[in-house]
Amino acid sequence: MLTGALIVVLSFAYVGLLFAIAYYGDKRADAGRSIIANPYIYTLSLAVYCTSWTFYGSVGRAATSGIGFLPIYLGPTLMAALWWYVLLKMIRISKAHRITSIADFIASRYGKSHLLGGLVTIIAVLGIVPYIALQLKAISASFSTMLQYPNVTTASTAALPVLQDNTFYIAMLLAAFTILFGTRHLDATERHEGLVAAIAFESVVKLVAFIAVGIFVTWGMFDGFADVFSKAAAAPELNALLVQGGAAGNYTTWASLTVLSMLAIILLPRQFHVAVVENVNERHLNKAIWLFPLYLFAINIFVLPIALGGLMYFPAGTVDADTFVLTLPMAEQKTWLALLAFVGGLSAATGMVIVETIALSTMVCNDLVMPILLRWKFLRLTERPDLSGLLLGIRRSAIVVVLVLGYGYFYLAGEAYALVSIGLISFTAVAQFAPAMIGGLFWKGGTRLGALCGLSAGFLVWLYSLLLPSFAKSGWLPITFLTEGIMGFDLLKPQQLFGLDGLDDISHCLFWSMIANVGCYVGFSLWRRPTANEHSQANLFVDVFRHVAPGSGSRFWRGSATVADLQTLLSRFVGPERANESFAAYTRSQGITGIEQVTANAVLVHYVESQIAGAIGSASARDMVASVVVEEPLALDEVMAIIDEASQALAYSRQLEQKSLELEAATNELRGANQRLQELDRLKDDFISTVTHELRTPLTSIRAFSEILGDNPNLDLEQRTKFLGIITRESERLTRLINQVLDLAKIESGAADWHPSEIDMREVLDDAVTALSQIFKEKRIALELQAPAQIPLVMADRDRVTQVVLNLLSNAANFCDKPDSRVTVALVTEASGLRVDIADNGIGISPSDQAVIFEKFRQVSDAAAGKPRGSGLGLAISREIIHHFGGRLWVESTPGRGSKFSFSLPVRSGHFSSIAA
Amino acid sequence: MSARVLVVEDEESILLSLEFLLGNAGYTVVTARDGNAALKALTPLPPDLVLLDVMLPLIDGFELCKLIRANPALRDTRIMLVTARGREAEIARGLALGADAYMTKPFSTRDLMEKVRRLLDDGAAQKNAG
Repeated sequence: MLTGALIVVLSFAYVGLLFAIAYYGDKRADAGRSIIANPYIYTLSLAVYCTSWTFYGSVGRAATSGIGFLPIYLGPTLMAALWWYVLLKMIRISKAHRITSIADFIASRYGKSHLLGGLVTIIAVLGIVPYIALQLKAISASFSTMLQYPNVTTASTAALPVLQDNTFYIAMLLAAFTILFGTRHLDATERHEGLVAAIAFESVVKLVAFIAVGIFVTWGMFDGFADVFSKAAAAPELNALLVQGGAAGNYTTWASLTVLSMLAIILLPRQFHVAVVENVNERHLNKAIWLFPLYLFAINIFVLPIALGGLMYFPAGTVDADTFVLTLPMAEQKTWLALLAFVGGLSAATGMVIVETIALSTMVCNDLVMPILLRWKFLRLTERPDLSGLLLGIRRSAIVVVLVLGYGYFYLAGEAYALVSIGLISFTAVAQFAPAMIGGLFWKGGTRLGALCGLSAGFLVWLYSLLLPSFAKSGWLPITFLTEGIMGFDLLKPQQLFGLDGLDDISHCLFWSMIANVGCYVGFSLWRRPTANEHSQANLFVDVFRHVAPGSGSRFWRGSATVADLQTLLSRFVGPERANESFAAYTRSQGITGIEQVTANAVLVHYVESQIAGAIGSASARDMVASVVVEEPLALDEVMAIIDEASQALAYSRQLEQKSLELEAATNELRGANQRLQELDRLKDDFISTVTHELRTPLTSIRAFSEILGDNPNLDLEQRTKFLGIITRESERLTRLINQVLDLAKIESGAADWHPSEIDMREVLDDAVTALSQIFKEKRIALELQAPAQIPLVMADRDRVTQVVLNLLSNAANFCDKPDSRVTVALVTEASGLRVDIADNGIGISPSDQAVIFEKFRQVSDAAAGKPRGSGLGLAISREIIHHFGGRLWVESTPGRGSKFSFSLPVRSGHFSSIAA
Repeated sequence: MSARVLVVEDEESILLSLEFLLGNAGYTVVTARDGNAALKALTPLPPDLVLLDVMLPLIDGFELCKLIRANPALRDTRIMLVTARGREAEIARGLALGADAYMTKPFSTRDLMEKVRRLLDDGAAQKNAG
């Protein structure tokens, strides 16, 4: 039997141990022998990512969705691979500008904006509150469960009156611990070595505890992994958990959870705090990149065995799967293991709560409360000699407020959700920082207005589609809010916005909030030019690896001040003692011996500003420094000038590069022109070669038969007649070819004579059909003409158009070989003009040939067609003629079924052929 | 036995003139109007001479030249290219591919017959010598 007192004493003893570690860590740090300055402690402190969500919630998630708990750890593992690009940059920037929180970071990036810092703080506080509630729920549930020992029942965490609810006292105790841990004194760098040591210790405890329970379940209650999984696979209701795509969620859910956790690992305020603010040495990142994923792997190995073990051990539905880590050792009466698990869960929860609330309280103080207080002149804060006490007071109050809010959320909405679902609401909230943060790191174009609008839009969507529904599900808002939307507008249903259905709540919110956020961020950033201040900050952040020297921000400042003023100012915010230390450090760094030698130049002003920024945030620090220095504001063009100067070398090399690019482009152009010329030359050669061939062929026959006739005077009459006939036919062919070549050359060169007049297409077609009727009769091809009685006149050269029709008709006749061949000529009136179709049912033209038959000398040389007939110029000439009169000539054909050549000619309105009487 | 001459030519009237000239001189004339038909006409009885037009449907004269030279059974067959494309590069290509002589269109019938006779005499001499 465990009494409540024993558990409470154990818990206090554990927290006492943490204090001892923290105290020792701080002492060692003060003595200059840091115990946290190694990559292993750094990695363990990053493991503050694993909260009671991981410790209890993963098993709960695995019990309902199998490996569906994994994306939350895949995301950070993926992100770790990008740390070298993202996190390193954040660390470098934060060190250079004494940035102490993510709100400070974003505010500073966009021109040290108070408004932006305040907005980020509000989003962070409201967003994180559910997450803190989750920890309270877990501690409270584990405490209540332990009290029942050795009976295993799911203790109700239903809301009791506040003062009888142990959760409320847990929240208050955590507030007290946090105040003791985090706000014992004020430091400009906002670093807490002791705290980090304690957090790292907690990461070891929770890992050891979880693995101990895992080993006990896997080998103590079962016969190893294989046994657990084979028994689970044998149980039909558990089998589904082991199959991807079954209970584990669809790909959309996986993708959005992975993305969310990728962002959370750098954007959660506590992660920013341990990874960036508390970072001792950038090089620790090298090891953390692979050690941290390894930690995640280790703490996840036993999730499935414990979940499956619990499901098989307890009758369905009797024990909440979120408590399996605790209840399995309890049910087996392993008192010490159960206590270890309890302490492990406590570690996971307290670690998160302490770091998170410290981070949030710094933000609330520096980015929300101080800027407002400093603005209220009647408080006369600017005249108070030492503000460090006030700052600590604000932070302590903020810690209490955050924990009270967390308890409030637990009280109102905690019952409706499992641990993991609550955590995801917070993840989605901090994901809203991503566009402003990542955009701010890599895109100089992002502006304060863009960041403000993007954050606001994303936050409102989150509030509407995720936070408010969580209240509705707990009965604090009418449930019709979920089912019917606001005021009955269907499209505004918070979890099916604009009719988007079929996504889980988280993916749905992530989708819409990111569209709103990124859209506004980019849109509004592009809309307005950044101010000088925004511009200089953008340069300092995005190009941080180029501005290597710390204090390089002072390049963008010009003004005058006295050393005494600056020293007084600093001591008001950090206390006289630390102010003196800071100035001593400054003189050492400048290589001068005494403070009297210090000059109040831009470097000193920037140094003081960054020291104060650690205490009250960059935006307020800027205002404070401005109150003691006479600053000459820089105009945008001056900032640009400085940037120009700084990047002059770069500009020269760019110019050189530009020149060489231009040269290359010119060379390419020349090469292209040369190629085109060569191509033209080749085309000309081809043309000449083709013409030569076409001329030589008939000449060959003519000469051969002439010589035969001359050498053989005794040929019989029949042969003589035949040979003479060939000579005549080939001579005609030659003449025709020469005419066509000349004709085409004239048309192409524009030297052709055109005799346009208003012509009646019916007459043209009649003439052509009559002229060829004899040939068609001989070939036994039916020829038909279809034309309406009255048609508009067209403006064209009558002889040329007749030439086209004759050419198309003789082509048709040439390609009609079948016994029932038929050629139809049809005249059609169209809206824009006249169309003539000449259709045959001959052999047709293949699609590849259709593309080229209008080119010069491109004849269809199909095997079935035998030797092509004609010069190969007819269609080229016809097309030129039709184009000349603004018309079009084209072909449609199916091989084997026939071809239809059509041409159109535009009509001049109002002119009609006279109706033949 | 009179020599066998294969005439490969797709232009009907030129084919007719060559057929007349060769027949008149006492040779046995075989004709083909495209590359495929020419390949068939080369076997089973190899001709002593092939008069080969270059621009032919299906398989062109250069390709046929290569195929003939690649066939050991046709090693005694002489090839004369009869081309309407009189460019030197093409003539050189034909000779490189194994043609024994060439004639440009339009040709003198006497020159043509003289070349045919010489090619066939050479061929007969080689055959006898071999």
